[in-house]
Amino acid sequence: MSATALDPGATVFGLLGSPNAGKTTLFNALTGLRARVGNYPGVTVERREARLDLGGGEATLIDLPGTYGLEPISADEAVVGDVLEGRIEGAPQPEALIVVADACSLSRTLPFIGESLLLGRPVCVVLTMLDELAARGGVIDLPRLEAALGVPVVGVVGHRGRGLDALRHLLSDPAEWSAPAVLPPSDRAERAGWAASIAETVIDQAPARHALTERIDRIVLHPLWGSLLFAFVMITFFQLIFSAAGPAMDWIDGAIGGLGEVARATLPAGWMADLVADGLIAGVGSVVIFLPQIVILFSLLYLLEDVGYMARAAFVIDRVMGRIGLEGRSFVALLSSYACAVPGIMATRTIPSPRDRLVTILVAPLMTCSARLPVYALLISAFVPERAVLGPIGLQGLVLLGLYVGGAAAALGVAALFKKTLVPGDGLPFAMELPTYRWPTLRVWATQVYESAWAFLRRAGTIILLASLLLWVLLTFPRVEAPPDMDAQAAASYALERSIAGRLGHAIEPAIAPLGFDWKIGVGLVSSLAAREILVATLAQIYAAEQSDEEAGGASLREALRSDLRPDGTPVFDPPTVGALLVFFVFALQCTSTIAIIKRETNSWRWPAFAFGYLFVLAYVASFATHRVIGALA
Amino acid sequence: MTQTTTLDRVPRGASVRVVAVDGGDAIARRLDDLGLRAGVTVEVLRRAPLGDPTVFELHGYQLCLRQSESGRVRVESRNGDGA
Repeated sequence: MSATALDPGATVFGLLGSPNAGKTTLFNALTGLRARVGNYPGVTVERREARLDLGGGEATLIDLPGTYGLEPISADEAVVGDVLEGRIEGAPQPEALIVVADACSLSRTLPFIGESLLLGRPVCVVLTMLDELAARGGVIDLPRLEAALGVPVVGVVGHRGRGLDALRHLLSDPAEWSAPAVLPPSDRAERAGWAASIAETVIDQAPARHALTERIDRIVLHPLWGSLLFAFVMITFFQLIFSAAGPAMDWIDGAIGGLGEVARATLPAGWMADLVADGLIAGVGSVVIFLPQIVILFSLLYLLEDVGYMARAAFVIDRVMGRIGLEGRSFVALLSSYACAVPGIMATRTIPSPRDRLVTILVAPLMTCSARLPVYALLISAFVPERAVLGPIGLQGLVLLGLYVGGAAAALGVAALFKKTLVPGDGLPFAMELPTYRWPTLRVWATQVYESAWAFLRRAGTIILLASLLLWVLLTFPRVEAPPDMDAQAAASYALERSIAGRLGHAIEPAIAPLGFDWKIGVGLVSSLAAREILVATLAQIYAAEQSDEEAGGASLREALRSDLRPDGTPVFDPPTVGALLVFFVFALQCTSTIAIIKRETNSWRWPAFAFGYLFVLAYVASFATHRVIGALA
Repeated sequence: MTQTTTLDRVPRGASVRVVAVDGGDAIARRLDDLGLRAGVTVEVLRRAPLGDPTVFELHGYQLCLRQSESGRVRVESRNGDGA
């Protein structure tokens, strides 16, 4: 056995097992809410580690990525081997292994258990889902399994906390674990034979099919009813993220605004008051505003996942997503991105293949999020004539629909392209388990939702806060006193033009002139990096228009945009420019929060930089082409 | 007489025995890890509304595979094995 001296109570344990074996549930049950979550370098594979209190001392538990075997078939899967061999800097090497196996599919997992015995480290086996095994009439002889493997075996029901005390006791002294007298064969085919003979000895009665799951699946996976149910669940899911979060977001918006007023009233007027009210409080608000959507999204997502429906939904839609090289679960993330790319990108965590996950993250910003709507609404209501095209269908509605369809089509096209070029798979097989339906456990479910919301606040929140502070500085400094005879609106416009952002708008004018954009749109583009809808407020400030009705693009702003003329007397917002600006917003990643969440989910600045870059190029080229085409037609 | 075919061609509801997985590559290894090993019994449960993928039951669990993967699994019908 291993020559490493094991310090009782301070061991580094690695948790090894297949994706659906209940590994993460066991991890959470053993460690509570103390997991440090991160990524392994270079790959979008989540890294989870936690201190483990065993009474006598502090041990470490590493939740290794779920895997079906120890021979990796992709760079992402190689992480498991790298951690086991201690090849990853900063990641402790597991000294003892806990192999988690679903009791119901033990015969499948036995070769994997055999593989882990060959790693030359103390191993114990944890059989999960014993409740389900019993419910399905299956019987496994645990003492005989222990004797056949030569290592300790513990049975648990992780989500109910049963068997955990025995496991904790076992973990407190891995030096005492028995080791196999004879190791399993290292040859794959021979090991399969070894596994089959053990299965025959220890499985007294194989579990029958889960009767309730079979009955439910007859409807849920029925060609017609299953498709209808899928559509119903997805529409409800989207509707809840899109609209149920609304009141909470309005409330937060109001509270942040009120807090800003209080700060303004309390502090002496000046840049300090501006910093607190418009910089700090508004910055915190720009982070907190995402919480309702994120909490609702993850509540629903984990509920569907825990019950067992997520895999079924992926199964129903897989054929469609397979066409573009993705798989069923990407659908849910892309659908969520219609509300907002931030929760949508977080939803990619349910995609098992890290490559599919990365591609989904990169194209999610192309889905038309709700922040684009105020921009579209302003420009369409100001410049697209209200004309019936076909019966009740008007031109304005058609343009809006076209923008939505354009975004989705671009997302699918780019995804297909990236799957072929950026992450050319060595043909990772699609293989997905359909879990047995089970009642969700409130504690497990709440833990997952809490962890996701907290991870967002801690990891992405800081970046979003810093970015909004930076943009506040750009829009506020240097502070220029407006001539005293100006009214407040004109003074705000005067100050904005002379701020850093205003100067940036002027500076980038030559670059955006081919799209028909002048410096005022340039300032709008700079400020809308904070969030797309800020474009409307910025234009309102520049045009010194009343902002009272900015959500719908107030009448005075529409009028101001329409009547703005170039030096040669032609309107600034002519059809080619309006078309180009709309198309620019279909593609461009004008959203620091999305950039922050991509950074958080991929754990590198490489991917957010890449996403921003490719989307900017796409936006610029498409905008330019639109400007030319409309110009030629007009 | 046992009849040999590939798993993607087995009709719904039928139960077959795995003979071998074609190709010694990474995908073949993964299918082996998923339990598609010689001698294992697999039942075809149902197909997705659009015809692909298909749910199979083996080793007491349910697994979805696309045609591209299940087509590599050679199987034989179980009625000829005298069991």
